Amino acid sequence: MTRKQKRLAIIGGLSAVVLTAVVFIAIAMRGTASFFVVPSEIQTQNIAINQAVRLGGIVKSDSWVKEGTSHNFLVTDCKTDIAVHYDGIVPDLFREGQEVIVEGALINNELFEATNVLAKHDENYVPKDMVDKFEEQGLCPGHTDEAYG
Amino acid sequence: MLSIELGHFALILAFALSLVQVGVSAYAWQRPNEGAFSFVRHAGVMQFVLVLLSFAALTFAFVTSDFSLKLAYEHSHSLQPTLYKFTSVWGNHEGSLLLWVLILTLFGAAVAVGGANLPKASHNLVLGTQGFLTFAFIGFTIFTSNPFERLPEMPLEGRDLNPILQDIGLAIHPPLLYLGYVGFSVCFSFAIAALISGKIDAAWARWVRPWTMLSWIFLTLGIAMGSYWAYYELGWGGWWFWDPVENASFMPWLTGTALLHSALVMEKRGALKIWTILLAIITFSLSLLGTFLVRSGILTSVHSFATDPSRGLVILGMLTFFICGAFILFAWRAPTLKAGGLFSPISREAALVFNNLFLATATIAVLVGTLYPLVLDAFTGIKISVGAPFFDLTFGALMVPLLLVVPFGPFLPWKRASIAQASKRLFGAIVLSLILAIIVAAYLWEGFTLTPLGILLGFWVIIGALADLVERSKLFKVSPSVSLRRLAGLPKNVWSTSFAHMGLGLTVLGVVFVTAFETETITTMQPGDQIEAHGYSVRFVNEQNVPGPNFTSETATFAVAPVGKRENLVASEKRNYPARQMPTTEAGITTFGLSQVYISIGDRVEDNGRVVRIWTKPWILLIWIGTVVMALAGTYSLTDRKYRIAAPNLVRKQALGATK
Repeated sequence: MTRKQKRLAIIGGLSAVVLTAVVFIAIAMRGTASFFVVPSEIQTQNIAINQAVRLGGIVKSDSWVKEGTSHNFLVTDCKTDIAVHYDGIVPDLFREGQEVIVEGALINNELFEATNVLAKHDENYVPKDMVDKFEEQGLCPGHTDEAYG
Repeated sequence: MLSIELGHFALILAFALSLVQVGVSAYAWQRPNEGAFSFVRHAGVMQFVLVLLSFAALTFAFVTSDFSLKLAYEHSHSLQPTLYKFTSVWGNHEGSLLLWVLILTLFGAAVAVGGANLPKASHNLVLGTQGFLTFAFIGFTIFTSNPFERLPEMPLEGRDLNPILQDIGLAIHPPLLYLGYVGFSVCFSFAIAALISGKIDAAWARWVRPWTMLSWIFLTLGIAMGSYWAYYELGWGGWWFWDPVENASFMPWLTGTALLHSALVMEKRGALKIWTILLAIITFSLSLLGTFLVRSGILTSVHSFATDPSRGLVILGMLTFFICGAFILFAWRAPTLKAGGLFSPISREAALVFNNLFLATATIAVLVGTLYPLVLDAFTGIKISVGAPFFDLTFGALMVPLLLVVPFGPFLPWKRASIAQASKRLFGAIVLSLILAIIVAAYLWEGFTLTPLGILLGFWVIIGALADLVERSKLFKVSPSVSLRRLAGLPKNVWSTSFAHMGLGLTVLGVVFVTAFETETITTMQPGDQIEAHGYSVRFVNEQNVPGPNFTSETATFAVAPVGKRENLVASEKRNYPARQMPTTEAGITTFGLSQVYISIGDRVEDNGRVVRIWTKPWILLIWIGTVVMALAGTYSLTDRKYRIAAPNLVRKQALGATK
């Protein structure tokens, strides 16, 4: 092999590694990324049972029932409510009437089982994804204004 | 206080001075003369002095609780402990940007003073580029994020700092991280200067390596500190979340690590010039990208203070300008570079190329995972989140081959080597790490998982790193006193390589252990209750209300003991900060050897009960011990005479020798 061929072979080999990795990254992305939805989109977007999603909305007033470490509450976008169950400790700023993002999946047509509950951790923090969706779809008008103001 | 106006004025002066510095530097490039060179150097030092003055003025306003300053009113409180009055200065968008600028000018001044041994023309171009960065960032601070804005009427009390940030961590993590981030600006300026002047040789790599090393040390410690802070402060027991903001700091670390290794090849062998220059540009570009992601408000996290979206556009503009400008210059000048030393596909050079290949690809994986959701949202409005599963899979898979190869590197000679020979010399290390991994994995067997592979990799990297020292000192082959003497006589870079790799192995082992074997118990407890949690007994001793300076605390005390051992008392708190009507959780953490037990308390339940969350974290301390070992190894290599900035003659002589 000439020097030039050698160099081409090395560059070819390196590119092959990088390309393989990129394909692998793309496949991993399809397998692991989870969609962000608000409650009304659970039906309209045909979210399947056990499909991992992030659900954003407002903890409906007077819906939070806790028994020890078990929490049941409704997440609403002022149009549709979704019942959520979570076993664990909710964040310090988890409150009724405030924004929340829960990660998990529907375990049947009625109930969303959360593996993680995120609430804001600063009074200036707004779950931006959620506010964007609310504004786009005209949901809960009061909430988004206040959150953005 | 008038000092605020003085600080503001000093900042504006530094802004003007940086512009003049750029102009004079450009002039001196065309017409080299000592007067202009000297001006450019002094301007670099003066900018730092001016920004330091301005920073001091801002700090003074915070420490004296001068709430006529809008920033102090919004982010400070007169009852805060003094330390937090200091750290509140950068616990907000404007102040943290001024800290960024302060460190940028600090590096500018350090290069101006410490680079006196560089050829004058190169030094001038480096300082000119650094001045241009300073100009852009001070401009951004003054015009979009001015920290010196006053309020028309002075409020009586401030609105307090975000309670999550009221911690010693804020005093350490941002300055360290910025020293790392911004330190890479020096590498960037060196790369730009080299591209402009066309002088890129082994000497260039020798000048850049200490700066790269310095920034890398700070970034390593900054990331580790951030990780430990998140671990104990956020109360979720996690130490790394693959949060976009963490990724933003991790990407320059990955490419910075690659840069350290490729600059070594360039310095020793004159090869990989184009790639090394590119890496220097990419690393600082990723630092800028990180700054953009964190400061633009496009992400929401504890790091992104409430920001005004127009700032994001300005930062994006600056980012595009610097990155595109650098790449255009690169594309224009790089083809003129002559390729350097050749090497066979099995050689130390090739091993370092392998390292670079995998670090660069891992950076791509992290970059895609971080930016793809943002890009998808911007173009289609579809909101997805890419979290730990993606990064564990892609980044994890890329690290396996890299870690397998790490111990081979130091055993391969330059130019041409043989894997068989290196394996023979590493045979002892291979056997020893296999045996250790099998014993540990068998002892902790939990079914067929990837854990044993991870344990093996950790031991392999550690033992392989030590094997280099054993081999070079001829331990077990000659008498112990001779080996000891040989060990003492080893070059500093051998020691630092060995220890840096060992630190990496320790971190890997810690990560594998805590990921595989941590346990979580959630239960409700009454004072006096005792439970068993995976090898530890946890007793709820009592609960008290304790007042703090600017908060009230419900403090629950627990007694924790590994089975049959003495117990440690640990306090876990729920605090309430009235100024912001905000509660926080302060986790209680207690250490047994390398392992920790981590307790968070939740809501009160009937009578005096509490929801309690208890994690056991086996060997978790190794994660941070490993990073500290890496940073210490780097620091030790900086003491090497050949990088000593105060040894100009030696460096010049060597540089001359290398260019010949």
